[in-house]
Amino acid sequence: MSLRVLVGCKRVIDYAVKIRVRPDKLGVVTDGVKHSMNPFDEIAIEEAVRLKEKKIAKEVIAVSCGPTQAQETIRTALAMGADRGIHVEIPAKEMEKLEPLHVSKILAKLAEQEQAELVIVGKQAIDDDSNATAQMTAALLDWPQATFASKLEKTDGELEVTREVDGGLETIKVKLPAVVSSDLRLNEPRYATLPNIMKAKKKKIAKMKPKDLGVDLASHLEVVEVVDPPTREAGIKVEDVDTLVTKLKDAGRI
Amino acid sequence: MATATRLTSRYWTKTFLGQITGVTTTISRRTLVTTCVRKWQASGEFYSEQHLQLQSSLKKLIDVEINPHVDQWEKEHRFPAHEVFKKLGSAGFLGISKPEEYGGLGLDYGYTVAFAEALGSIHCGGIPMAISVQTDMATPALAKFGSDYLKETFLRPTIAGDMVVCLGVSEPGAGSDVAGIGTTARRQGDDLIINGQKMWITNGFQADWMCLLANTSEGSQHRNKSLICLPMNTPGIHRTSRIEKIGMHSSDTAQIFFEDVRVPAKNIIGEEGMGFTYQMLQFQEERLVGSAVCLAPLDKCIADTINYTSERKVFGQPVLNNQAVHYTLAELETEVEALRSLVYRATALYIGGEDVTKLVSMIKLKAGRLCRQVPDSCLQFWGGMGFTQENYVSRLYRDMRLVSIGAGADEVMLAIICKYAGTLPKVASSLKKKERQASN
Ligand SMILES: Cc1cc2nc3c(=O)[nH]c(=O)nc-3n(C[C@H](O)[C@H](O)[C@H](O)COP(=O)(O)OP(=O)(O)OC[C@H]3O[C@@H](n4cnc5c(N)ncnc54)[C@H](O)[C@@H]3O)c2cc1C
Ligand SMILES: Cc1cc2nc3c(=O)[nH]c(=O)nc-3n(C[C@H](O)[C@H](O)[C@H](O)COP(=O)(O)OP(=O)(O)OC[C@H]3O[C@@H](n4cnc5c(N)ncnc54)[C@H](O)[C@@H]3O)c2cc1C
Repeated sequence: MSLRVLVGCKRVIDYAVKIRVRPDKLGVVTDGVKHSMNPFDEIAIEEAVRLKEKKIAKEVIAVSCGPTQAQETIRTALAMGADRGIHVEIPAKEMEKLEPLHVSKILAKLAEQEQAELVIVGKQAIDDDSNATAQMTAALLDWPQATFASKLEKTDGELEVTREVDGGLETIKVKLPAVVSSDLRLNEPRYATLPNIMKAKKKKIAKMKPKDLGVDLASHLEVVEVVDPPTREAGIKVEDVDTLVTKLKDAGRI
Repeated sequence: MATATRLTSRYWTKTFLGQITGVTTTISRRTLVTTCVRKWQASGEFYSEQHLQLQSSLKKLIDVEINPHVDQWEKEHRFPAHEVFKKLGSAGFLGISKPEEYGGLGLDYGYTVAFAEALGSIHCGGIPMAISVQTDMATPALAKFGSDYLKETFLRPTIAGDMVVCLGVSEPGAGSDVAGIGTTARRQGDDLIINGQKMWITNGFQADWMCLLANTSEGSQHRNKSLICLPMNTPGIHRTSRIEKIGMHSSDTAQIFFEDVRVPAKNIIGEEGMGFTYQMLQFQEERLVGSAVCLAPLDKCIADTINYTSERKVFGQPVLNNQAVHYTLAELETEVEALRSLVYRATALYIGGEDVTKLVSMIKLKAGRLCRQVPDSCLQFWGGMGFTQENYVSRLYRDMRLVSIGAGADEVMLAIICKYAGTLPKVASSLKKKERQASN
């Protein structure tokens, strides 16, 4: 059995960018800021492409929900080896209100429409750190889920997934179709080669709107305030270990 | 007053629109040029999505495979060219504008310039220089004029990253004056016998072959030279003394001697006697790419300085708060942007098939000047820290100094610009001829 794999890839502010809170304190500055593919999604794409190279997958579809520029993110996925893309257009203004539940509904609907047998998404997006999309997608589809995958192997009709959990590694088996979320150590994503970047130009990206999929973007969450993390205070120098211990005790750290 | 302003702005709008919608000439080359330039004017963006993807993929490769090792390679005064080039070659970066028949991608020169600009994200000057020797200094003539045999034997493995190449033009007695080189390649049956020496050869210690400029006959200095593909394992080639430099440490620079080196005459690129002309053409790409490589380091130099001076406090406030500092940095950034625009414009014209020699000479000159001015001004704002080895700015201060000298010194660029402007006194060249006759 050869799988059709649906992979989520979100366009987020690049990890190297210094994030600035907007003056209205309801979000962060995104205008004129470098964006790129969520690193965990890059890992998800890489895993899907590897499955295809091992002939376990027959087709890899990259999905991004976002503004027009999300197509650039899809192109990156196509250059890495995905076969085609689906861009679910969300106007820039509405992006802030897009919740994991909305994306999960979109992914679930697309998984059904495309008859995908495997959905891989990043374990979280580095912008809102929700860590919810994989779980909710699995719930909506009523498929098994294997989250925080650090290793993925296909056995007969099943996936054997190694998960990174607090105590160490846990190995589970899930029946297909299933939803997987990728952890940092699942693989090391490739950089797209120039010939593949040029080939990606010719691959197809289908465009649709949430309402084409019957998904309503009504909000369930409200952002009350976004603030900067507290700035680190300057350190002090101490004479010796005893003073250090006393100071730490005074500060209530030990 | 207000009316006048409005009129003027309307006039300009009209003129500008006229440029955009105006009838183009019937020459298709021209049409292409204007289309390139126009597309760029209309969008304000020189690079398309594919160019940007190329750059982001290359930057990723650089961040993973190159930058983590740069400090060590700088200390060791060498970098593993074969290993690094193979990675770049496998990703398709070493033959961007080279013919597809030999493993290249056949893309227009805009992609090469995009590549060069992204190469600047390597944290030193030496490695980008070594890479551009491979892609745009030693191989353009071979790709354009070489026989199928030569392209199969030398170009294909160079594009794949299996072979490292160096360019052998300069000699101890002739750097700026390329026509005055003394290395000879004399015919003996079907072979050439090479004698002489080359100096300042980048990649010289690691190269598998050299694109060599040598005199293949007597007579006019501009018609007696040929470019020759020379395998570096040929008997009679001696690579001596690694030249110790003030910068570009990770790039090896060799002095190379030739003693009765025998190579088949079919290794001559294109027509015998055309070497000087080919090299002058090759220089255009070398200079354009070499200048594009400078843009990102100059940007980073300014950005790092802004960062440092905004945190460093003197007299109770950040160094950056002094108008002398932030105005200077603003001015430098303006200069770099102007250079960038010149690079893009020349690239668009070059893609359209125009002769860009004058413009490229201006670019090379301006790049050389800024490569001195920007790191020097920035280093100053780092105070004592600027004088140490511990920061990127002082490395650039050393590395970028070369831009005003290599690939044609600033003064040589000025002479070319003057030649195009018709202001170069004739006496200079006739004097040179006399001197040469006297020394021969
Ligand atoms: C690190 C490094 C790497 C290099 N890599 C290579 C390589 O890979 N292959 C290669 O072939 N060469 C290479 N070169 C050589 C480089 O191209 C030459 O150094 C350069 O062309 C200058 O030649 P020169 O050093 O002989 O200086 P000279 O020709 O002696 O010139 C000295 C100075 O004279 C002045 N001058 C020259 N001409 C004029 C003029 N017309 N009017 C007024 N003033 C003038 C300029 O200020 C010039 O800097 C490299 C050099 C260095 C330092
Ligand atoms: C090799 C070396 C040897 C040295 N030897 C000695 C020594 O023997 N004894 C000793 O005591 N010190 C010594 N020094 C320290 C030297 O005197 C300081 O580096 C110098 O005074 C600058 O101070 P700083 O490095 O702290 O730069 P900063 O004070 O941080 O200044 C950084 C830059 O800020 C800018 N700046 C500063 N003030 C202003 C202003 N008012 N307006 C506009 N711009 C401003 C300048 O461009 C300056 O270069 C040495 C330094 C070096 C590198």
